[in-house]
Amino acid sequence: MSGGQTIEVVVKAIEQVTPLIKHFQLASPRGEALPAFSGGSHVIVVMRGEARVHRNPYSLLSAPQNLDSYEIAVRRMDESRGGSHFMHDRLRVGSQLEIAHPVNLFGLDKIARKHLMIAGGIGITPFLAQLEDLHGGLVPYELHYSVRSAEHAAFLARLQAREQEHVHIYYDSENQVIDFEGLLSKQPLGTHVYVCGPAGFIGRVLDAARGCGWSPSHVHWEQFSAPPTGDVFQVQLARSMKKIVVPQDSTLLEAIEAAGVDVPYLCRGGVCGFCQSKVIECDGELLHYDHFLSDAEKAGGKTIMPCVSRARANHLVLDL
Amino acid sequence: MSVVFKPDETFRGEFTYSNSVAAIRRFPLPFAEDNYMYSVNIEPHAPGPKGSVTEFAFDVDEHYVAECKERALVLAAEPLRYQALPHMMSSQWDCLELVMESLSHDYPQLFSLERRSNAWHWINRPLGLDQRFTFGDVASLPCEPLDYATRQAQGDFVVMDQRDGDLWAEAGMVTTQADWSMDFDLGMTFREWHGPVPLAHEMQVFDRALKFLLNLRLGAPVRRLNWTMTVHPRLDTSPENYPKWGQDRARVTAKDAGDLVHLRVELQGLWRLPRSNAIVFGIRCYLISVRELATVPKWARRVHRVLKGLHPALVDYKGLTRYRDAVVEWLAPFDDGAPTTPGAGPE
Ligand code: FES
Repeated sequence: MSGGQTIEVVVKAIEQVTPLIKHFQLASPRGEALPAFSGGSHVIVVMRGEARVHRNPYSLLSAPQNLDSYEIAVRRMDESRGGSHFMHDRLRVGSQLEIAHPVNLFGLDKIARKHLMIAGGIGITPFLAQLEDLHGGLVPYELHYSVRSAEHAAFLARLQAREQEHVHIYYDSENQVIDFEGLLSKQPLGTHVYVCGPAGFIGRVLDAARGCGWSPSHVHWEQFSAPPTGDVFQVQLARSMKKIVVPQDSTLLEAIEAAGVDVPYLCRGGVCGFCQSKVIECDGELLHYDHFLSDAEKAGGKTIMPCVSRARANHLVLDL
Repeated sequence: MSVVFKPDETFRGEFTYSNSVAAIRRFPLPFAEDNYMYSVNIEPHAPGPKGSVTEFAFDVDEHYVAECKERALVLAAEPLRYQALPHMMSSQWDCLELVMESLSHDYPQLFSLERRSNAWHWINRPLGLDQRFTFGDVASLPCEPLDYATRQAQGDFVVMDQRDGDLWAEAGMVTTQADWSMDFDLGMTFREWHGPVPLAHEMQVFDRALKFLLNLRLGAPVRRLNWTMTVHPRLDTSPENYPKWGQDRARVTAKDAGDLVHLRVELQGLWRLPRSNAIVFGIRCYLISVRELATVPKWARRVHRVLKGLHPALVDYKGLTRYRDAVVEWLAPFDDGAPTTPGAGPE
């Protein structure tokens, strides 16, 4: 049941939109319509390399009304783990891929009085689809987009063409920064804020929101960063009676999957809670990197989110 | 399967509703064992065996036309049985698409749907409807899309918006609800609507179910069975109409229990909706008289034992207090004590 059945797609077009970001258009090989989705959804892209299988989440940035193809954007990450290098270096027009059905963990609140969207860098992608949902509607919205420089601003033309009066762009190169406190303290009642971007960026927005007294139910965020790498460790899977080694540049989840054991997942980013697994024994330390478990649960050492978390232990047994 | 409809059977007045032999044999008995305990028992809504009620996403059976007529009667008297909040419009179109796509795909001889971009053409042969409309344009349909689609489907539909880590029932067509279910109100959360359930003081059961549903995936619907009993084959046993059916329960005797009392099984399905990210909860009701049930020897024994051993709190919760004993007495002669085979099937 991990991710449900996948959908076969073929790469229709590839465009280098900034020095680091490539834009991909994916369509059904038979020209059929792809499943409908809502703005803010992501898909897990399954990449079958020779040595290993990557499964990375990417936000859908295309218009939800257009189901002839899906569009995603992939930023080339510095470390070579993860699939961004595969996407950048190996894919050609015509390459085949599998994707899971879209999942939305970052949806717009339907009764919000106003939507305030804050994007950092590649974090612009989910908002592109949401803007399509919001355009021409009755609910006011604005997007604040912080990016290195004009050269690095993906989809600038697309944004400016139609959303001119809703979009505010801030270039690092020109020392323009978003004043989070200022922005968050002057919003009308019933506003929801959405933030997507690098971890530190999200953290600052969340801090500002807390400082300004925002209710957590009005603050939404999504982060797809490459799961952390770390030291090699060993795991025993009690139910499937397997012993596996988690390499440095692989996640625990990937290593379990490579051993042929299925773990349910939705986000592969430590957010949804789907992959939660029971720890039967651990003689060392669990390294929790997820945003799902409470601090008490993390300290309890009885459970782990294998999509992002690791361990420093000689003897770790999971109920899988 | 070619269905022969019984358009003139009724769920009120003379109560002419009945099940054919084929309908009895495919009845979704919710008891896989001789005793019953409350559980949430959610499973994937994957296609079941050919001819079974779970073969397709939405089962269309011999009662289809009569149930659609019954729904129209309820709505004519109480239009507010259909309601939707304004922000639920995209989920309404999602539901319409789900119903029309499923019915036309699964029953091509009964329904057809042609889509040219947003220009849709829908034909419902059993009800004699032929409708061209523009997907996304409410004005092109005779009524709102959820209203339109669910008037042509069996069972109730409640659409839940997902926000704040909860599910909010904010649109629905509810004309066949069982008397034991909570009074459905627009704007209720999942928990308010389903609780309190006796014995599920393991309210954690619900927390787990809620968490599961919040992560319900597109293309991976789930289902569960629930049950109660109803006097007469009355579909609409809503709290609003309690005065009309409440006294029926006191009238049941061990002599007429077989004809009066009906087992009422709900096949509940849950689907994630694509454009709105909402969830639709379909509650399809199957009714069978105790006499019809007893035509299957295994089921007569099984239901006798289940009812006899039912936990008192569940007897109360399901509203069976007044007549459970009468049904048990009526069924007793059919139960010779022989063992029953495992599973819920008739054999
Ligand atoms: S897959 Fe979502 S938390 Fe691990």
